[in-house]
Amino acid sequence: MQISINNFTKTFDGTPVIDDMNLTIRDGEMLALLGPSGCGKSTTLFTISGIHRMDKGQLMFGDRDVSGLPSQKRNVGVVFQNYALYPHMNVFENIAFPLTVRKDNKADIDREVRFIAALTHISELLERRPGQLSGGQQQRVALARALVRKPDVLLLDEPLANLDAKLRLEMRSEIRRIQLETGITAVLVTHDQVEAMSMCDRIAIMKKGEIVQIDTPADMYSNPRTSFVAGFLGNPPISLLNGIAMGNTFSIAPIKLRVPLGSHEGIADGTPLKLGVRPEHFGPEGDIAVEGKITFAETQGRENLYDVELADGSVLRSIQPAARNWKLGEPVRWFIDSKSAFVFSDDGLRL
Amino acid sequence: MTRNFAAWPIILLLTVLSLPLFIMYLFLLVDTFSNTAPGSLLPNEFTLEHWRFLIDPTITGDVWKPTLTTVIFSASLMIIVVSVSATAGYALSRLALPFRRFVLSGIMVMHAFPSVTLIIGVFLVLQFAGLYNSLTGVILVKASLMLPFGIWIMKGFYDAVPWEIEMAGVQDGASRFTVWRRIILPQVKPGLLSLALFAFIDGWSEYMLPRILAPSSDFEVLSMYLNTVSDPNSSTYNFNIFKSVGLFYTLPVLALFVLFQNRLMNIFGGGTKG
Ligand SMILES: Nc1ncnc2c1ncn2[C@@H]1O[C@H](COP(=O)(O)OP(=O)(O)O)[C@@H](O)[C@H]1O
Ligand SMILES: [Mg+2]
Repeated sequence: MQISINNFTKTFDGTPVIDDMNLTIRDGEMLALLGPSGCGKSTTLFTISGIHRMDKGQLMFGDRDVSGLPSQKRNVGVVFQNYALYPHMNVFENIAFPLTVRKDNKADIDREVRFIAALTHISELLERRPGQLSGGQQQRVALARALVRKPDVLLLDEPLANLDAKLRLEMRSEIRRIQLETGITAVLVTHDQVEAMSMCDRIAIMKKGEIVQIDTPADMYSNPRTSFVAGFLGNPPISLLNGIAMGNTFSIAPIKLRVPLGSHEGIADGTPLKLGVRPEHFGPEGDIAVEGKITFAETQGRENLYDVELADGSVLRSIQPAARNWKLGEPVRWFIDSKSAFVFSDDGLRL
Repeated sequence: MTRNFAAWPIILLLTVLSLPLFIMYLFLLVDTFSNTAPGSLLPNEFTLEHWRFLIDPTITGDVWKPTLTTVIFSASLMIIVVSVSATAGYALSRLALPFRRFVLSGIMVMHAFPSVTLIIGVFLVLQFAGLYNSLTGVILVKASLMLPFGIWIMKGFYDAVPWEIEMAGVQDGASRFTVWRRIILPQVKPGLLSLALFAFIDGWSEYMLPRILAPSSDFEVLSMYLNTVSDPNSSTYNFNIFKSVGLFYTLPVLALFVLFQNRLMNIFGGGTKG
């Protein structure tokens, strides 16, 4: 079901947390709310679920206005960060709880619970208590409980944050599989760009209560609208150089760096600019030469990471195949791939 | 306690310290079943005569009526304290009530207040309500004096239940009341149980309030009964019978304590699961 949030504003104790947000989650898609801690992701999520009320704005499930409805009447499934399983009930009772509240008959409950348990691969755990389950299993139970009512939308608040690295990888693909199999509309809150990119159809990047950009992972990576977005996606992150416009180039005069601005013509000379270069676009191959010294080298197995410090102190990151090793302190003459670099104005907007 | 920390010196110390108490209890027990010749330390005959008060009301008066009264008193106390604390503690822990801070600090103050200092006010209220000299009145007063403690303890237990569990229940479609009854209440069961025990034992040992607030009524609780028996000026005074009655009075408390001691300690852990 399509979910739309219109002109949503929320204030906690006089502090505005969400300011006039508009967001549409398409039917059947999985959308990531991505942003640094405290930017209002959970607030947005819990407003969709009904735990928080909007100060201003409208929330639509399909063409039904649910802004005034309490949580109980919204038919929303939520997976909490700590799973929030009921410790005194076994797995079966946990999953069945939403149905027993609805007073479904016993045979139906039994069938539904077993169906959803099979989908989430926990059929053999139904008799156990939550305390006897591993983190990944608890997560599956929480998912099953959230899905058993066939909710209009599934909300996940940092679902992988409490898992160790290996389980996180496993559950990442599991959550996506279950979402695709059920075809449910889902919102995933995360501060981890890898999760957002790998699991979701679209990403909405948030900053201080506003949505900065909403796009598919690939589009957002290759076409960030601001330096904030460019800095948030990608690991290792993009490097930003400070310079000025000079004769239709981005220029850092002291080190004689000049990168053509290409189509961005007519920028007055002397305007401060930022150049964003992703690590994969800086290395032994490219078109704009820069000289520097390796100040950081890290082996990652398949690839090596390097920090190259330029003569003026600014740093460019690079990621290179492990075949050739550069040593710490080694002087290098590497190249920026100017066609792939992003130019931002001083306040971070992409030109 | 950690295992690599040798426990025996502590056990030895505790044994030595509690030895006098233990010996006294042992003598009490032995004395109620035996007669000792005057001037001698050790008993010389076994007898059940000191326990005859259980079946023969002519010795010290009927013991079963005050026992029943005490059971009613303690049980009512327990029910009132547990049910009010279970609901009020939840409300104070979770609901956005008006004057919440004020009520909380009020409870704190009441909790710290010696109850005797309130007795004049309580007396006036009882008079006014026409409950002076009645068992109901004493129960209500005792219960209200215990409530600050009970509510505070239960609030602590509720505070320890994760907020998300409650929200998950609401999200699953359950009303706040259903969530409280089916999800939250089971989480604080250890607290409820220890509070119930505590209230019962406290009621069982209450002596002051019935004396002060119902001095001329026709009901008697066991502590008052024991007091009558222990009066050395009374015609029926017998030190060994006094000991037997005393033991009879203490036994239920001891039994409850032994049975539930782990649960009881819960309450002092402030709601941490034991
Ligand atoms: N119940 C609340 N009362 C007061 N302030 C809150 C409440 N919930 C969240 N906030 C504040 O709102 C901001 C956004 O919080 P949140 O949505 O939880 O951020 P996140 O993006 O990390 O999930 C934070 O500054 C937080 O302190
Ligand atoms: Mg959050």
